Amino acid sequence: MTTLAAHVPAGRYGFRHVVRMEWIKLRSLRSTWWTLVLTVAGAIGVGVAVGINTRNAAGDLTNNALAGIIPALLLTSVLGVLTMTSEYSSGMIRSTLAAAPRRPLLLAAKAAVFGAVALVVGEAASLIAFLAGGAALRRGIAAPTLGEPGVLRAVLLSGASFCLVGLLGLGIGAIVRHSAAAIAVVVGGLYVAPAAVGGVSHGAAAYLPIFIIANSLSSTKPDACAPGGPCPHFLSAWTGLGALALYAVVALALGGWLLVRRDA
Amino acid sequence: MIEIRDLTKRYGPTVAVDALSFDVRPGMVTGFLGANGSGKSTTMRLILGLDAPDAGQARVGGRRFGDLRWPLREAGALLEARAFHPGRSARDHLAALAASNDIARRRVGEVLDLVGLASAARRRAGTFSLGMAQRLGLAAALLGDPPVLLLDEPVNGLDPAGIHWIRELLRSLAAEGRTVFVSSHLIGEIALMAEHLVVIGQGRLLADTSVADLSAGAPSLEAAFLDLTGASAEYRAGWPPATARKEGS
Repeated sequence: MTTLAAHVPAGRYGFRHVVRMEWIKLRSLRSTWWTLVLTVAGAIGVGVAVGINTRNAAGDLTNNALAGIIPALLLTSVLGVLTMTSEYSSGMIRSTLAAAPRRPLLLAAKAAVFGAVALVVGEAASLIAFLAGGAALRRGIAAPTLGEPGVLRAVLLSGASFCLVGLLGLGIGAIVRHSAAAIAVVVGGLYVAPAAVGGVSHGAAAYLPIFIIANSLSSTKPDACAPGGPCPHFLSAWTGLGALALYAVVALALGGWLLVRRDA
Repeated sequence: MIEIRDLTKRYGPTVAVDALSFDVRPGMVTGFLGANGSGKSTTMRLILGLDAPDAGQARVGGRRFGDLRWPLREAGALLEARAFHPGRSARDHLAALAASNDIARRRVGEVLDLVGLASAARRRAGTFSLGMAQRLGLAAALLGDPPVLLLDEPVNGLDPAGIHWIRELLRSLAAEGRTVFVSSHLIGEIALMAEHLVVIGQGRLLADTSVADLSAGAPSLEAAFLDLTGASAEYRAGWPPATARKEGS
């Protein structure tokens, strides 16, 4: 019987190695690219459609051009969910954990990779939608520019919402683990619950992700009252961003805790 | 070297693995035998840290699996087939795993050649047959050239030529001084490749013995195995009765 010489290098696998694994995993699926292309196309398409149909030059034209962000976020949140749940549905999780058994490290690497991709794609979608929506405005209505008050902030924070909502989806995927159930929780929580809560309480509605994005992040004047109309309470842009980040962090922390506790 | 000490795992009221203790030594193929439902796969999952034991522990190369410095370089595992995303190519699947343990990219091509999947490297793995899926799982296990290999039912889905190939491969890997731990419910298959056997039933250790010792004093290795496991078989057909089966086989 011979003995194998140790051929294991010094040190230990770490965050940067697991990040490389997760990046290869994410980019090597065709569905990733299709989803991201549709996300950007959806955001732009809605922005252009709203631009063409805008008649009120006094409205928040930036907010109008960014109207496609919320439908586009549906795809990003589902992609975030699937980034985690497909590990379980395919059995890949066993290969993943056999290669990188430290589970908090794994979730952190997944969040870093997916968050970065969603941020880049989100900022691109937001900026292009803003420019395309402005260009689609009819003659006589001046397109907003990035130099106007609050406009650059609205465009950048709308783009950042893709990262945060995507991470919220990733965290919920880690908590729920089953694709269909996790997608139902995310879509129900983001898109269906607001209809119910909004009808009951305007105060609570201000804290829902969709209303944060529509009224706080993508608006150039989030605190303004509608002319002659009611004066609902909205979070300021930065408070809204903080709330959204908090939701993502809570979902990821709970998901990470469960990932460590539960059998894979 | 794999060391199992008082390993216990319950799923609700069911005790899947019950105070199991044994060592798997380097330099030979150790067969891990038991009837369906005897706890083989659970034991494998516990060794890999996929499931947490209720008591006891499993160590690979002296460490708990979760504490390994470079897991793929220290232990390679093939659990159930299809531990990969169906939309990803074999090459990308292995490249991702290699990246996690800082394994050189060329090693991906080497293991694909070794398992005979080089021509299917760019195909989406979801289109693979069961036999090809097993080969991809084996490629992943060998990626880090590890001194310890854990293989759960590796001959499933392989054709006779494939079974012959994997048997010779595992024997040669063991001859290089590696620890090779192979589970199966097929005694005949294990007898052809293993020198040592660990037999379990209802999660308990029934035998930890060389193949030669187990078959000595019985008409055949199969008879000895059935005699050993007969008392603890989880799911047993009503016919033929156990005694007739023992003699008839």
